[in-house]
Formats: sequence, structure tokens, C-alpha cells
Amino acid sequence: MSRKLYVARSPRIAARKLGEEMLVMAAQGSTLFTLNPTATILWQAADGATPIEEIVEHRICSEFEVTPEEALRDAEALAQDLAEHGILLISEEPITPKSPVQEQLRQ
Amino acid sequence: MPELALQVEHYSTVIAVGGVAVRVNTTDSRFLELLEKRYSGFVSAKQTGEFEFDVELVESTFAKPWTEVSVGHHSGRWFMQRADFRAEWNPATRTATIQQNANAYSMDAVLRIVHTLVLAKQGGFLLHSASAIRNGKAFLFAGVSGAGKTTISRLAPADVTLLTDEISYVRLSDEGEGYVAFGTPFTGELAKLGENTSAPIAALYLLAKGQENRIEPVAVADRGRELLANVLFFAEDPELVHRVFQTACDFIHRVPVYRLTFVPDARVWEMIR
Repeated sequence: MSRKLYVARSPRIAARKLGEEMLVMAAQGSTLFTLNPTATILWQAADGATPIEEIVEHRICSEFEVTPEEALRDAEALAQDLAEHGILLISEEPITPKSPVQEQLRQ
Repeated sequence: MPELALQVEHYSTVIAVGGVAVRVNTTDSRFLELLEKRYSGFVSAKQTGEFEFDVELVESTFAKPWTEVSVGHHSGRWFMQRADFRAEWNPATRTATIQQNANAYSMDAVLRIVHTLVLAKQGGFLLHSASAIRNGKAFLFAGVSGAGKTTISRLAPADVTLLTDEISYVRLSDEGEGYVAFGTPFTGELAKLGENTSAPIAALYLLAKGQENRIEPVAVADRGRELLANVLFFAEDPELVHRVFQTACDFIHRVPVYRLTFVPDARVWEMIR
């Protein structure tokens, strides 16, 4: 059985959709990012409770012409990238305010 | 037997930028003179300030000369350091202690950092931009080094009051109805202090040098991106980053933002009224 990955928006960022673009500012380095359409969908759906597989199936595959396998691979890589920039949190467990990944941010 | 006591003289001056008065205390009268000369026009007649900076002059270096300023937050206090200074700022007591070399550049850096922290909470920011008042309205000219901030400042006609050629002070008005630009002593290549006055902001121009003078609208996402790219902010504190981000988003919805491409001659000011 394959592992499930969960993603949640980091509480250490500020974000606003301006026009058609999602601008995100991370506290880490006070850095500004502009999310592309796929990253915007992933970021908006990152509620900590929905596995990334489901986000890909229901939100990304329906929007772009891409196979589920390819979309999942790309989405996982993208989530990892966003996590490295402090924008998303990733865990193999659902992410709640008391999750270890959230606790780590508070330390 | 009476105790021996060393009498140390204390000297103070109050520097007010954006109406926020900072009293700087030192034991060195020559340093005080240097500050009063450096910030002339921004030295207030007040005896007290909203904030107190206690300066100790030292000859040490605190970091490698090429390193940028670092700002950290710990136990309710802010710590900032560069090669030429080390400072601790306590927002609760509104006091800072500064160890620095005897020059005004270090004080400039501390003032800028403290103002960014204070402004962030007040719905404002320092912006890498020139600014000027004409007909009672303030205009901001933002851009990276080389975009034309100094050039447009130098070309300003006599009826224009220059607020700064380098770093603008922007804050929501007391009534919360719009944004106001204040003069600053933070100078760029022009090396001329701004006038210590203020006016409501009528427009922000994103500068570009070109073959003709023209003003164009800017897409909303570009407005946000380019404004934020020019906001001075040093702290990695999530709450303050959130506030600055929200203020910038509010600003671009309230203040018209244009791209100003200009030929570097005085005619550009015919379009700015």
C-alpha cells in the first residue's frame, strides 16, 4: 500500500490573490513568491486533512490534461519545494494544530 | 570618608522622523554634534522622545565587514547587528541600547530598522523610493538602484518639495482614510536630506528609464509584487511579515500605481501634478 502525504498551509506566511496571481510572503527570509496555477490549487486545497492524492485527483487532474500518476509525481515534488521555502507543511499523518510539524514551527 | 564618584556628562538630542521622536543619549559631546549635523531638519525641539536610544561608542567590530545587517527576535526583544554596530531594542520599554562606532551610518541603520518595526504595527512601511510633494500631494518613485530615483529627484522643479531621494516613510493617516508620505533624513546619491514635512500620497510610480516619457497602468499582481520588492523589511517575524504584507495589499488598492518610463530630462515633471 502506498504512503499518503498530507499538506497544510504554513502559519508563518501571508498570502493574497491579486488578480489571477497568488502572492505568498514567507517569514523565512521575508521572501515573496508568486505561485503558478498548479501551486495555487495545491496551496488553496492544503487543509492538512485531504491527502495530496485526493487533491490531485479532484482539483488538478480535472483542471489540466495530465495523467494521475504524472500529476501526483509533479504535485509531490512541488509540495516538497514549497515546504523547503516555508510555504507548506508536509506530513505522512493528517496535520492539525497539534501535529509535530506545527509544534516544530512554534519552537 | 566620602566616596569617590566620577561625574559623567550625558548629552541628548531628539530625532523625529514621521512624527516619531527618538531621544538619543550619549556621553560624547562630539558625537552629539555629529548627529545634530547629520539629522539637521529632523532634530526636534522636544526634550523627550517616544523612544530612548542609549549609545555607547566603541571601536570594536561586531561582524565581518562584508556581512549584511542581521535582525533577530528573542524574549520580546529585537537584536540587530552589523560590522559597525550591535543594538538591542525593547518595544515594551521603548528603549534601545546601541554599541557602535562613532559615525552616523550606524545610527542611520538602527533608526531605519526600528522605524520598520514600529511602522509595521502602525500600518506603514519604509519604501525604497524617492518621494516629493507637489500641489499638496505626495508622489512616490520606486525602483531598484539605477532605476532613476536620484535622477528624478535631481530634475525636480522649484515648486516641488523633496521628501527623500532614497527611502520614503509611508503610513496610514491618523483617520485611516489614506496613506501619507513623510520626509526622511535617509539619503541616496543626492546626499540631500528630505524636507521634514508630509502630504497625502496621490500616486506611486514604478520607475523605468526609456526613450520617451509615458505613464502606464500596472496589473494588480505586478503592483503588489513590485511594491513588496521595494519595501524595506529586515525581520523574519511571522506576525510582522503578515502585517507588512496586508498593508502593502491595502496600499495598492487605495493608491493609484503606474509605471513611469522617462527620458532623464526635466520634462518628465510635466506629467506629475
